[in-house]
Amino acid sequence: MGEMDDLSCLALRLGDDALIHSHRLAEWCGCAPTLEEELALANVALDFLGRARFCLQLVGRRLDSDEDRLAYHRDAREYTNLLLMEQPRGDFAYAMVRQFVMDEFEALYFGQLAASQDPDLAAIAAKSNKEIAYHLRRSRDWIERLGLGTTESRDRLQVALIDVWDHVAELFAMDEVETRLAGASIVPDRSALRDEWLAAVLPRFEAATVEPPAQMPAISGGRRGVHTEHLERLLSQMQSLQRAYPGLAW
Amino acid sequence: MSELTPLFEVFVRSKRGLDHVHVGSLHAADAEHALTYARDTYTRRGEGASIWVVEARHIVASQETDADMFSDPMEDKPYRHATHYDLPDGVENL
Repeated sequence: MGEMDDLSCLALRLGDDALIHSHRLAEWCGCAPTLEEELALANVALDFLGRARFCLQLVGRRLDSDEDRLAYHRDAREYTNLLLMEQPRGDFAYAMVRQFVMDEFEALYFGQLAASQDPDLAAIAAKSNKEIAYHLRRSRDWIERLGLGTTESRDRLQVALIDVWDHVAELFAMDEVETRLAGASIVPDRSALRDEWLAAVLPRFEAATVEPPAQMPAISGGRRGVHTEHLERLLSQMQSLQRAYPGLAW
Repeated sequence: MSELTPLFEVFVRSKRGLDHVHVGSLHAADAEHALTYARDTYTRRGEGASIWVVEARHIVASQETDADMFSDPMEDKPYRHATHYDLPDGVENL
């Protein structure tokens, strides 16, 4: 991809986050616990896919590329999604905790991004916010249900929370690119959202009788293309068609 | 499974001013849950302005065997239909 301007870089990050998360949700197709939940998960996955397209189209316009090339012709080293999104699908509790911590973060982040100085990002955020409000309603509901459900659902929720906690710190990590953009009022400062986010999630975990680990490991790397081994496997599946038949179209 | 997630009937009002119409059913843990599932299952293309969900066991339905008593007696009472009456002179619509 070479050198990229800050705004394109940011749009690519948001697009990659949404695309990879969408793929993990789509992996529930055919294995959700109930038919209703299967439809709901696929629905949310499509919301993220839609957002990914808007972001990648924006990058495509700025860099003389297009959404398909960006999605299907980059390898893991060029992907800039957060590590949290690429972690394996896990069990239903893991899927719901990951969704919940993301939703609470996105409610804050996209809430502010809607007032961005950049009209394209502001428009993407305005559309996303309606979807996020619904995602949040669902994931908050499931955290409570799993926590107060059966012994097994509560235990699985606790285990999932410990696993998810490994990768939440990166949600709040800033680098030079986003610091410059935040200075120009184009994006929110992620690090400034951390306390508000904790104030939103902790009482809900407490109400669900689960507890996150005391420490939040400072694991990061996704933004620099340094990923866990899971992304390579995800991409090899997601991109298999374009790898086998480059340029293939519908 | 069905004890944990009873059956709910879903009614969607597609536009303000219209009635809620039965669109189908689903399983959910409680009414709130059913409402979010109804949104995903039956209003994905923006069909609904309003959704009702009601647990199926709360619906009291007439039985087929009641048909004689419920419906048939109306058949020989044509005067209950507006078409039974001659239109008075000067009235164009009834």
